[in-house]
Amino acid sequence: VMSARGEAAEVCVGRVVLPGDVLLLPAPARPEEDEERLLRLGAGAGPPRGRLLCGPGLRRCAAGLLVTKGGVLRHRAAGGAYWVDSQQKRYVPVKGDHVIGIVTAKAGDVFKLDVGGSEQASLSYLAFEGATKRNRPNVQVGDLIYGQFLVANKDMEPEMVCIDSSGRSSGMGLIGQDGFLFKVSLGLIRKLLAPKCDVIQELSQLYPFELVLGMNGRIWVKAKTVQQTLILVNILEACEYMTAEQRKQALAKLSGN
Amino acid sequence: TPSPPGSTSVLAGLYGPAEAKSSRELPDRAALEVLLRPKVGLPGVLERSREQLLRQTCEAVLLGGLHPRTAVTLVLQVLSDAGSLLSCCLNAACMGMLDAGLPLSSLFCGVTCALDPSGAIVLDPDTQQEQEARAVLTFAIDSAERKVLMANTKGSCSVEEVR
Repeated sequence: VMSARGEAAEVCVGRVVLPGDVLLLPAPARPEEDEERLLRLGAGAGPPRGRLLCGPGLRRCAAGLLVTKGGVLRHRAAGGAYWVDSQQKRYVPVKGDHVIGIVTAKAGDVFKLDVGGSEQASLSYLAFEGATKRNRPNVQVGDLIYGQFLVANKDMEPEMVCIDSSGRSSGMGLIGQDGFLFKVSLGLIRKLLAPKCDVIQELSQLYPFELVLGMNGRIWVKAKTVQQTLILVNILEACEYMTAEQRKQALAKLSGN
Repeated sequence: TPSPPGSTSVLAGLYGPAEAKSSRELPDRAALEVLLRPKVGLPGVLERSREQLLRQTCEAVLLGGLHPRTAVTLVLQVLSDAGSLLSCCLNAACMGMLDAGLPLSSLFCGVTCALDPSGAIVLDPDTQQEQEARAVLTFAIDSAERKVLMANTKGSCSVEEVR
C-alpha cells in the first residue's frame, strides 16, 4: 500500500493535489551519488543539478515531498522549485513579504502593528529612511504603514522595517491620509501582483489612482473623489470571481458613464 | 438552496491561526478548540463529548507544530439532523480545515455503521435505523494510510462484529 501512494512529482504539476499525497522525486542524475545528499532544501550556492526547493504547501518526508495544503501543484524549472497554489484568507508572516500594517500602539522606541497574523509585529522608529534619534517619524496610532518583514518565523515575534538593505525606503513607509483600506483573499493579491496583470492595466484606463497591495490581503486605494475610490474598491473585490469577459463588460459600462 | 428533506447537514467555520489567550496557548503547537452547536437548544453534555472527539481527531491530522502559541477555532452548527450526525460533523471539520488552508498531514472522512438486531450492517443510517439498531459505530478514517483515527460506539456489540 505504501509504494502505491506516491506519484512522480513531474506528473502532478498542474493538477490538484490534496493533503496526504506523497510526491516522488526523480532519481538522481548521477547514480553513484547518495540520494540523501542530492535532496536538499533551501538556499545556498551549489550546482543546480539534483537540487530542489520545497515551497509553500509541501514538506519533506521519508519518501519524497508530502503535500500539506490542497491546491494546484506548480513547478519552476529555474532553481527546481515545487509549490502548491492554495487559497486562504488568513495571513501567516513570511520573511521578505511587503505588507500593510495598522499602528495599534507606541511603546517607547517601538511601534506595534497589526498585520493580520496571529501576533502583532514590531517596528522600530529608526527603521524609516532618514530617521535619527532626534528626527523621529511622525507616526500616530491608527496610521497605515507599508513595510517588509525582517524577521518572521513561527517561534519569534515578527519584526518589520520600512527600509531595504541599502537604507533606502523604495516606496515603503507611512501611507498618506484619505484613501480606503479593505481586505481580500491572499490568492487575489498574488494574481494582482503577477507581472502582467490585466486588471490593473484596465483599471488605470478608467481613472488615475494610487494603489498599495499588501501580501497580507490588504489593499489601499485612493482616487480623486470618494465615489471613484468606492467604485475601484468594488471592482477589485469582485474581480476575484469574475471572468475576464464579465470584468471588461463592467468596466465598459463604467467608462461609458 | 434548502437541503433535500431527510438529509443531515452541518455548517463549519474555521478561524485561525489567531492570537491565543496566554492561559490557552501551548508553547510548541497550535491550540485547537471545537464548538458544536445543536440545531435547537443550548449545547449540553452530548455536544461537549462530541467536541472532544472531534478535537482529538483534528489534532491528529493538523500540523500544529508549524503555528506554536496560536489558537485555531472550529465552530460547527447543525443545520439539519437525519441520522449519522457525528460522521457528518467529521466530514465538515475536514472540509473546513482543507478550505481554510491549514497545514494537514492527511485528510479524513467519517463513516457510521449501524448493527441491527439480526447482525446486518447498515452504512450511513438515518434516524429510524439508528434507533432500531443494536449498536451504532462511528469511525474516522484518514486518507494517507487508511488507518482508523477515531472510533465511537453507542450500544453493545461483540468484538468480532467490530472487526
